[in-house]
Amino acid sequence: MSFSVTSPSPAAKWLAGILVIGYAIITILPLVWIIATGFKSPADAIAYPPKLVFEPSLEGYVNLFTTRTRVTENDFAALPPASSWYEQIVRDQGMVIAGPSRYGERYLNSIIIGFGSTALCMVLGTAAAYAFSRFRVPLKDDLLFFILSTRMMPPIAVAIPIFLMFREIGLNDTHLGMILLYTAVNLSLSVWLLKGFIDEIPVEYEEAALIDGYTRFQAFIKVVLPQAATGIASTAIFCLIFAWNEYAFAVLLTSGAAQTAPPFIPTIIGVGGKDWPAVAAGATIFLVPVMVFTILLRKHLLRGITFGAVRK
Amino acid sequence: MTDASMDKIARATPAPMARRIRGLSDRTIAWIFVAPSIFLLLAVNIFPLIWTIRLSFTDYRVNRPNREAEWVGLENYQRILSDSGIWSTMQATAHFLIWTIVLQVLIGFALAYLINMKFRGNDLWTTIIVLPMMLSPAVVGNFWTFLYQPQIGLFNYVIAFFTGADPASFSMIGDVNLAPWAIIIADTWMWTPFVMLICLAGLRSIPDSIYEAAECDRASKWRQFWTLTIPMALPFLMLAVLFRGIENFKMFDLVVQLTGGGPGNTTTLTSIDLKREAFERWRTGYSSAYAVILFVTVFGLASIYVKALTKVKER
Repeated sequence: MSFSVTSPSPAAKWLAGILVIGYAIITILPLVWIIATGFKSPADAIAYPPKLVFEPSLEGYVNLFTTRTRVTENDFAALPPASSWYEQIVRDQGMVIAGPSRYGERYLNSIIIGFGSTALCMVLGTAAAYAFSRFRVPLKDDLLFFILSTRMMPPIAVAIPIFLMFREIGLNDTHLGMILLYTAVNLSLSVWLLKGFIDEIPVEYEEAALIDGYTRFQAFIKVVLPQAATGIASTAIFCLIFAWNEYAFAVLLTSGAAQTAPPFIPTIIGVGGKDWPAVAAGATIFLVPVMVFTILLRKHLLRGITFGAVRK
Repeated sequence: MTDASMDKIARATPAPMARRIRGLSDRTIAWIFVAPSIFLLLAVNIFPLIWTIRLSFTDYRVNRPNREAEWVGLENYQRILSDSGIWSTMQATAHFLIWTIVLQVLIGFALAYLINMKFRGNDLWTTIIVLPMMLSPAVVGNFWTFLYQPQIGLFNYVIAFFTGADPASFSMIGDVNLAPWAIIIADTWMWTPFVMLICLAGLRSIPDSIYEAAECDRASKWRQFWTLTIPMALPFLMLAVLFRGIENFKMFDLVVQLTGGGPGNTTTLTSIDLKREAFERWRTGYSSAYAVILFVTVFGLASIYVKALTKVKER
């Protein structure tokens, strides 16, 4: 084992480890609590003291995906036996299923808008980044401040004219409108990140391809794109996470057809008060994919977060 | 940044290369590649900005589209700057900004310093700490209202467990004195990892050889920390402050879900106030002027700050 004068002593490392792990445990408590609450019955969810051990229940998830209604006692008694496990859970609450809830649609909207805007942003962003990287572009040096300045405006302030503009051209509450909007919001940072990745690819490769008779466009597609694939993927993850999490524009510009999950989840209510297990279930299905993503792709993600900030 | 600069981009492209190859010339490629992005940014970023500035001089209201908007000059600006409500909003925002930055820089730097000691398994724990900042602030903020419930909330229970207070005796989001802290705690929980990652990048950029040299000069660890680590990590710290400052000045999603601006106006940050003016009272002209004032404020402060940052870096 090599020993350097600058490396901290084993005791210091131990102490550092304990402190960091302690912080990490406190910091994931709220997230663990969201997941746990989703599997609690409403009574367990609001029990005092808060229950750490409980009998798991799928009531929250069933309530999340259905709308329920009460029927008169006579009608209730006359119903045929429940035909499925989820119907049984609703019956146990003394209600019947009236239909599916809006959650599935809202979730699908999140997927369409998230992936749609990410794809569009990557196409536009990679092309622009390539041009900025390979051709002499006068604006280059002001790019960082331009990126900063487009991000300085509170979303609400930009939302006023966008609301008017979208209403004028019929893009309010449409998937296309939200995709264009999220693409534009992500574009400046994406170009900046992607330019960094493309800068790292040696120009010699393309020059060799050009000499071999490729056109510039072919060289871009066949030589540059494959080499930039990792960089494009990690930039795409950032765009996707932003679009997935975005709330301010979504709540102001969508209300029905194109509403995403973040404005919808807080509006989930139950009978006589907030149905916390259903809210937690909705939040869990929405948040857990991002958590898994983050853990699996930690190497690229952690580098990417600081990359944009630290590069200059 | 329209035709003139596009021309510049095109002209900056080396001409001999363009002539030598077949297919589209480099100049054309540069045009085709950059134009869609610039067009989209103009349409969705720059054009609305100009429209906002125009609206800010009128008394236009979105909910009355048929009424002719009248040009009112600087009246909106005068009314905003002489409105006492705006100043209390600004105070709430400043309180939120200062405390979140102080807490996040202190905790974030401490964590980065500890993680940089490279104890075993540090990258896994770093990832776990980073999780909150990857999640949707609105969805998480909504759930924090549950954690803050006086009788049943986990937060109150934990505080009560350690201090012995009655968990039903205080309400983080219902009490005018506690609510400003409720949003600071939730924001610090969410965004400390961001500051931590930037600090970590800063600490890792300091070469070992510098510490080795200091060690040869018999500088104490304490002295090394204050004369080497801090000054070398300072540009990164300042960058983290800049990003958090801008983000929290715009803060909307987390706080609107957590407290909705209440109780009273104690947590009404500028974005929440702006949203009420624009989308609840529908005073479009007035709120446009409000937006312009906010933009000029952030832009001005950030410009001064970036100048200072550049100076620190050059030192």
